[in-house]
Amino acid sequence: MVLHIGLFRSPILLKEELFNMGLATFKGGIHPPDKKTLSAGSSISETKPPKIVVIPLSQHIGAPCNPVVSIGQEVRKGQVLGEPAGFVSSPVHASVSGKVVAIGEFPNAMGRMVNSIVIENDFREEWTALKDSPDYMSLSPEELREKVKAAGIVGMGGAAFPTSVKLSPPKEKPIDAVLINGAECEPYLTADYRLMIEKSSEVVEGLRILMKILGVQKGYIGIENNKPDAVAKMKEAAAGSENIKVLALEVKYPQGAEKMLIKSILGREVPPRALPMDVGVVVQNVGTALAVYEAARYGKPLIERVVTVTGEGVRQPRNLMVRIGTKVSDLIDECGGFTEGVAKVISGGPMMGFALGGLDVAVTKGTSGILVMPEEVVSHTEEFGPCIRCSRCIDICPMGLMPSMLSVLAERGHYEDAREYNLFDCFECGSCAFVCPSKRPIVQLVRLAKSMVKP
Amino acid sequence: MEALKKEHQLIVSVSPHVKSEETTSRIMWTVSLALLPAFLAGVYFFGPKALLITAVCIVSCMVFENLYMKIVGKKPVAGDGSAFLTGLLLGMNMPASLWSFSPFTAHVPVIASFVAVVITKQLFGGLGFNVFNPALIGRAFALISWPKAMTIWNEPTAALLAMDAKTTATPLGILKEEGVAKLLEVFGDKMSLYQHLLTGNRAGSIGETSAIALLIGGLFLLAKRYISWHIPVSFLATASVIAWVFGGKGALFTGDPVVHLLSGGMMLGAWFMATDYVTSPSMRKGQIVFGIGCGFLTMLIRLKGGFPEGVMFAILIMNCFAPLIDRGFQAKVFGAVKQDKAKEATK
Repeated sequence: MVLHIGLFRSPILLKEELFNMGLATFKGGIHPPDKKTLSAGSSISETKPPKIVVIPLSQHIGAPCNPVVSIGQEVRKGQVLGEPAGFVSSPVHASVSGKVVAIGEFPNAMGRMVNSIVIENDFREEWTALKDSPDYMSLSPEELREKVKAAGIVGMGGAAFPTSVKLSPPKEKPIDAVLINGAECEPYLTADYRLMIEKSSEVVEGLRILMKILGVQKGYIGIENNKPDAVAKMKEAAAGSENIKVLALEVKYPQGAEKMLIKSILGREVPPRALPMDVGVVVQNVGTALAVYEAARYGKPLIERVVTVTGEGVRQPRNLMVRIGTKVSDLIDECGGFTEGVAKVISGGPMMGFALGGLDVAVTKGTSGILVMPEEVVSHTEEFGPCIRCSRCIDICPMGLMPSMLSVLAERGHYEDAREYNLFDCFECGSCAFVCPSKRPIVQLVRLAKSMVKP
Repeated sequence: MEALKKEHQLIVSVSPHVKSEETTSRIMWTVSLALLPAFLAGVYFFGPKALLITAVCIVSCMVFENLYMKIVGKKPVAGDGSAFLTGLLLGMNMPASLWSFSPFTAHVPVIASFVAVVITKQLFGGLGFNVFNPALIGRAFALISWPKAMTIWNEPTAALLAMDAKTTATPLGILKEEGVAKLLEVFGDKMSLYQHLLTGNRAGSIGETSAIALLIGGLFLLAKRYISWHIPVSFLATASVIAWVFGGKGALFTGDPVVHLLSGGMMLGAWFMATDYVTSPSMRKGQIVFGIGCGFLTMLIRLKGGFPEGVMFAILIMNCFAPLIDRGFQAKVFGAVKQDKAKEATK
């Protein structure tokens, strides 16, 4: 391990740095207050079945699905509603049994209108026929990959990239390691943490299936060290498998970013604009691993996921097993409603999540949390000052960029120059905007610049 | 959408939704706080005149900043503490004798403040856009316009109410004009000289004399991570080496780096002036180059130039190069070097 990065900045280490000496990590990053205790103690519980679900035909990166049901049709739980339209696409399934009452445009968490299928729940909970495979490990990699694809599994950490695509690397890019991302570095969120505690062996099974599909001998599970009990549980679950290693990682945002995780665990750097597969790695989230296991073992499609409903603005923060398509307002009710003075509701975590304009938005496969922030916690971004060139953002940028330069160039409309400062290597983790003493909306400016020039 | 908004009144803004508690004004006030020990030492040694000069600088800087903002119709920002800090630094860079100099020169701090805040900072675009350190330009302007008044030094009296004091030369002035032997004669012996330099019991600008107080402030900023070690360490190390090698009379390697480190504006400059965010490079490696340049130019002026002291001009000259240095030390993008190496390996 190289000299601790904190030492480069100051001879006196921060408390967070002292506690994490010697753990696997990357260069840069920040230490936002993690606030995980709000919901960490709540075990995963089922929500009341929702009366209505709104299931977007595009919950993933890639082409939206083509609907295969019509208005008035009775559907069963797990029935396919939309077929993938292309290689980078993923099917969607009914999360309740009932009647299709509408097909049309509804807003998603990002505020875009997305073609969606609305089902009215008949509360009979009738499943469509699923193909059980008790002996799933004897299936061929192709059969397993097909199961993953048919189950509509996408990356559940938030990016929602179709998993089957990640599991089909081109021949010239050999994969030698699968990483399970249990970092959960976003503050507040505890969904992956609860899964690792409550479903440790299923997650490990999911990893073994992923390794089999990719023909890989090395599996790693990386967990931030603020979850020592999850580290212990996962170590216990993986004890029988010699080729699976569980690693405690430094508690530092964005430890769970794909490129950072690969650097921390394997020491490999994914080159600019390249993908993990270019360094022989596939990374999957904890929730995705569980979904892969359930798809392989029970043929269960991805119709529910764990969502952390938390924040100082909700009365009873909880970890819920939620049907895809459940409205955010139902989840808020489930958790005792708002406290006084709620200012912001966020889909995802506070660092990279999307602020919602209303509560009619449905939970999708990529929704890891619903975070409710009251007035006093929310940071107001309306007013910001000039860049004072303090270097804080440069020191912490995990991608080694100069966010200060990017923000100044974007502010003045010099988008082409911003590209020269590696604009497109920014993955918008928000660390720079977090540390900026002038409260500059750096992520917003970067997005603006990205939209104005070609990569 | 309108109905939704009314129903919940939710704020929709771009991530991140949490931010650190650090603010620009907190940085400015913390740096001012770090300067306090050195300033108090100055007031202790040079009496109420020191306090008055600095107060005039601080008030003028804040007034000029607010007036300028009002005239150009920008929101007044004097509350961000940057004008206060500029005033404090400017005051600490003035000789206390300015207050009682004859003919009357108490307007010098006011004019220097105007040059610092309005001309050096605001006309270049305000906070964040100035090329030169405002306080240093203010001082340079005063030094060039009133060379006599700005180089008459009072003897430290350490008597709280004394308004009159004998004039004397600074240690660097003695070193330049009469050599190290005379310096030792004035202060008794070597240890006594070091002791006077450390505590600040010597002639000089109000805030530059107490090396130990400045060091405390600098280390405080370092521990709080308001500054990094790169500029002060490279600045001081370069100056020490040059002082040791070339600072002696006649033979090489006979100079006394300690005298050079502890005298003049070295400590104040290295810890508080050269580390100014706006006018120094942002890249850590570039900061080392910047610090080396400052140390080199300081010693060049001290040993070969016409002035006994060179910190101010050294930092101002390096300020010009800061953007250029940043260009030369652009950040290394994650994964980029390995890619180049991999390419070379495959060739």
